[in-house]
Amino acid sequence: MAYRVVIVGGGAAGMQTALELKSRGIEPVIVERDIELGGKVRGWHKLFPTFVPASDVLFPLAQRVKAARVRCFYGQEVTDIASDGVTLRSGERIPADAVVMATGFTLFDAHRKQEYGYGLYDNVITSVDLERMMNGGGVTLADGTKPQRIAILHCVGSRDEKVGQRHCSKVCCITGVKQAIELREMFPDADIFNFYMDIRMFGPGYEELYREAQEKYNIHFVRGRISEAAETIDKRIQIKAEDTLTGRPLRMTIDMLVLLVGMSANYENEGIAQRAGLELAPNGYFKTVDNFLGAVSSNRRGIFYAGAVTGAKSLADTLAEASLTASAVDDYLKEVFNK
Amino acid sequence: MAILNFGYAISRPRAIDVDNNDLRKSNDIIAEMPELQACIGCGSCTASCTAAAITDFNFRKLHTAVRRGEYKGVYDELSKCMLCGKCRLVCPRGINTRGLVMLIKRKLGDF
Ligand code: SF4
Ligand code: SF4
Ligand code: SF4
Repeated sequence: MAYRVVIVGGGAAGMQTALELKSRGIEPVIVERDIELGGKVRGWHKLFPTFVPASDVLFPLAQRVKAARVRCFYGQEVTDIASDGVTLRSGERIPADAVVMATGFTLFDAHRKQEYGYGLYDNVITSVDLERMMNGGGVTLADGTKPQRIAILHCVGSRDEKVGQRHCSKVCCITGVKQAIELREMFPDADIFNFYMDIRMFGPGYEELYREAQEKYNIHFVRGRISEAAETIDKRIQIKAEDTLTGRPLRMTIDMLVLLVGMSANYENEGIAQRAGLELAPNGYFKTVDNFLGAVSSNRRGIFYAGAVTGAKSLADTLAEASLTASAVDDYLKEVFNK
Repeated sequence: MAILNFGYAISRPRAIDVDNNDLRKSNDIIAEMPELQACIGCGSCTASCTAAAITDFNFRKLHTAVRRGEYKGVYDELSKCMLCGKCRLVCPRGINTRGLVMLIKRKLGDF
């Protein structure tokens, strides 16, 4: 009989891990909280840095999971995990020979940065809202008109002591560059400004895309963090920042403010970790044994990780890591059960 | 033949001279407030500053200069600060910027 591995979370990490396990002759079972597979990539428009539609990655993945007849539980939340199975909120237990945590991350709630007026002012949106707009009916201001001037703010809910998020979310810089280019294509005459503190272009083709955004798409990059936004009487938004490269305060009225929201650790991590004896990193993500040979292993044998559950990660990195997770699980099962 | 004087020799160098700057005061300040070294130069303190809205006061530049051992004029410049504390509310690194104004003034009293 094949060994059974429960994968908690049916996003990109969970699906890819399931496929990799299956191809190794192991029986994966996915437990997904939502009513369908896909996780955070669902509803995303296009992927950086190549503008590949997100659905071009998601649909084939979900198709393969279906074709491989991976057993999936939907609408089920896992409340406790152990190396020999998981417990659902209903109290039901799913036994397993190993468990993979692939529950990803939680989007930073932009309401918490009150000074930017998300939820208060009509035309302050998040990067996720923008993806949904692009994926749906298109991008307009709340009154249906076109924005003439747009600002994109980096590091919202990342690298910010004030909201307890010290880490860098890694993917928002390149997302900001990608979205600036998409906005430029939609609004050729608009002024588009990215407000950044550091530009982090860690992946292949990212720096090149940044340069293209500057040269070809005429995106303005201003080094300074917006300190506050206020609505004007005509429903525009006034922002304040320091233009740190000239050393002078800057004030500007814009039509739309896009907040690049970061990736936070799931709230549930703490309880799950505590009860399972797992270690968490100070930022609330699960902590791996190390960053090198133990990059997908937890401190409890038989419990493994895949994807952004251990820290902010791009989709590409998540998919690559899932193979590593499957291989680590395979090694573990061989070692423990095939003596 | 007279050597032409292009003026290079007499003008004060514009470069921050880290070799010759006296970093003792700077190190003292950092020792009392180590989190100052975590500043990412985002400019939020200056952007939100009450004094910067009406004068050319730039707190980010001032405390960065102090960390490099450049103290000249800083003490007087800091008297533009009205200690309102707005900067402290926005600093993403959680630096007690208002306290820093007082710390620098205390340490640089004789400059
Ligand atoms: S990737 Fe860029 S925008 Fe995102 S947190 Fe890091 S520095 Fe900020
Ligand atoms: S405390 Fe001083 S430096 Fe800070 S915002 Fe107020 S005036 Fe500006
Ligand atoms: S707000 Fe804080 S991190 Fe930003 S420049 Fe000022 S002191 Fe540095």
